[in-house]
Amino acid sequence: MKRWVAFWNILVKDMRTYYLKPPNISWGLIFPLAWTGMFFIKSQSGLGGIRALLPGVVAVSILFGTTSMLAVTVTFEKKNRSFERLLLAPIPLEVLMLAKTSGAILMGTANAFVPVILAVFLTDLSHVAWTVFVPAVLLIAVASTFLGLFIAVAVSEVFEAQTFSNFFRFPMMFLCGLFFPIDRLPVVLKPLSFILPLTYGADVLHGAVHGGHLMPYSVDLAVLCAFCIGLFVLSIHNVKRSWIA
Amino acid sequence: MNNDKSTAIQVRGLVKRFDEVEAVGGIGFDVLSGELFGFLGPNGAGKTTTINMLTGLARPDTGGIRIGGIDCTKKPRAAQHLIGVVPDESNLYPELTGYENLCFCAALYGLKKKERSARARRLLDDFGLASASERKFGAYSKGMKRKLTIAAGMIHKPDILFLDEPTTGIDVGSARQLRKLISNLHRAGTTIFLTTHYIEEAERLCDRIAFIVSGRIVRIETVEHLLQPIQAKHVLQISCAIVEDGLQESLSKAFPDLDFTIPENGRVRVEAAAPIGVGPLVRFLEDHGAEVSEARRMRPSLEDIFVSITGIETTAMRKEKEKKGKGK
Repeated sequence: MKRWVAFWNILVKDMRTYYLKPPNISWGLIFPLAWTGMFFIKSQSGLGGIRALLPGVVAVSILFGTTSMLAVTVTFEKKNRSFERLLLAPIPLEVLMLAKTSGAILMGTANAFVPVILAVFLTDLSHVAWTVFVPAVLLIAVASTFLGLFIAVAVSEVFEAQTFSNFFRFPMMFLCGLFFPIDRLPVVLKPLSFILPLTYGADVLHGAVHGGHLMPYSVDLAVLCAFCIGLFVLSIHNVKRSWIA
Repeated sequence: MNNDKSTAIQVRGLVKRFDEVEAVGGIGFDVLSGELFGFLGPNGAGKTTTINMLTGLARPDTGGIRIGGIDCTKKPRAAQHLIGVVPDESNLYPELTGYENLCFCAALYGLKKKERSARARRLLDDFGLASASERKFGAYSKGMKRKLTIAAGMIHKPDILFLDEPTTGIDVGSARQLRKLISNLHRAGTTIFLTTHYIEEAERLCDRIAFIVSGRIVRIETVEHLLQPIQAKHVLQISCAIVEDGLQESLSKAFPDLDFTIPENGRVRVEAAAPIGVGPLVRFLEDHGAEVSEARRMRPSLEDIFVSITGIETTAMRKEKEKKGKGK
């Protein structure tokens, strides 16, 4: 019980002090809007093309919303030593890191539904398989957040967190099949696509929104789960190795 | 290791290396329950590394730690509910108010909302911060930040409190207030592990002191025992402008019963077993071109012991530490 009191309070503090700040909320709204607008104009396919764009915009909104904030906040707290206070608390490291990541997961999920809400007014979403779409959004948010955690543990400066995040995010965005189909990628790049978590998330989203998916949903979701567990375990290992050395 | 109930902290053969550097080299000591234990040493001696290992923020390479009877070597985080830690730098959240910071720290220990609030209010009162409770921590003065950091370390009423340089870089009034608070905590039965570079602070507050130099403990003793051999000593400190080389040699030849040291330019320290006559010394110095500005009889203190053990002048150590503190 005591550890969940700590968990809840860490989550609430992070939401209040980092995630629910006006600049972060406006970024969460503007970013998906800008991406939607950009691809909408580029595709010249009219309102009918929105359904094809939606999975990409949703995934990118989650990816950018989670990785950058988490990597920056954890690095910032590590730098000003307030993270030490958390490490001194009598809570298991796994619970502590879950508490620190939960805020980013919630924000990432909320970000994902900004373009969805916009799309409701512009196109027909009645055929979307929400039972697959929602779990996919959640798993992409978790995987992206844990990727942010992995980055945060690997760097010591806030600016390094941003740079290192982009090192993962941009290649992932173009190789995961969100905007360019994987089968149209050069042969040498194709294998890379399949080692990226977002590839599996994007595949589910495409399938859920307009039916065009490469792998069965069960495979996509299972691989996403494996990425979540792997990244979390690796991050915890790195925290123990480098922060409690 | 024995499991004596009166031992709050038990350390045996603790070693910590950072690459090729041995930061802590096989130290061992016991801290008794309710004791105020001082851990003194020059900068870089291994004080903070030791605290980090004791509090679970660093892992020892070898050696054993028991906190409140719990083997922390096997379970590094198992004793964390027993300890409170006040680091050498304030590490609370600048964007939260004083009250919110304390409530948040209490929540980390699983305290319920009502209790968190009551304890936070009480500590804010005790530390004289009630009027600033709704102000953001980032807007606090250095002394206020230090006080709130100590309050945060005590919010869960720990049995053992680790205080790392609690009075560094704060004004005299706040430092005095903090010392009084530390004394009160000690009287209330809290075990306190204190590191400081203010020797007089350690002398005034501590029951026992361990001196650590280059990662090794060179002496552990009660303050009373440490001071005993020097209580009968007479010390005179002369401030003067020294112009002559080899003045110390000349002084020793002229006054063979006295011990002379020149710890820094412009200061001559004289020690003797019998009272020291000031007149002949001052005359001798002035005859040798030293312009004497002050001659002061000193009470032998723990500082003398520290200097003799470590070979380090405390004034130099203090300046270095304060410079470092300002840079932070």
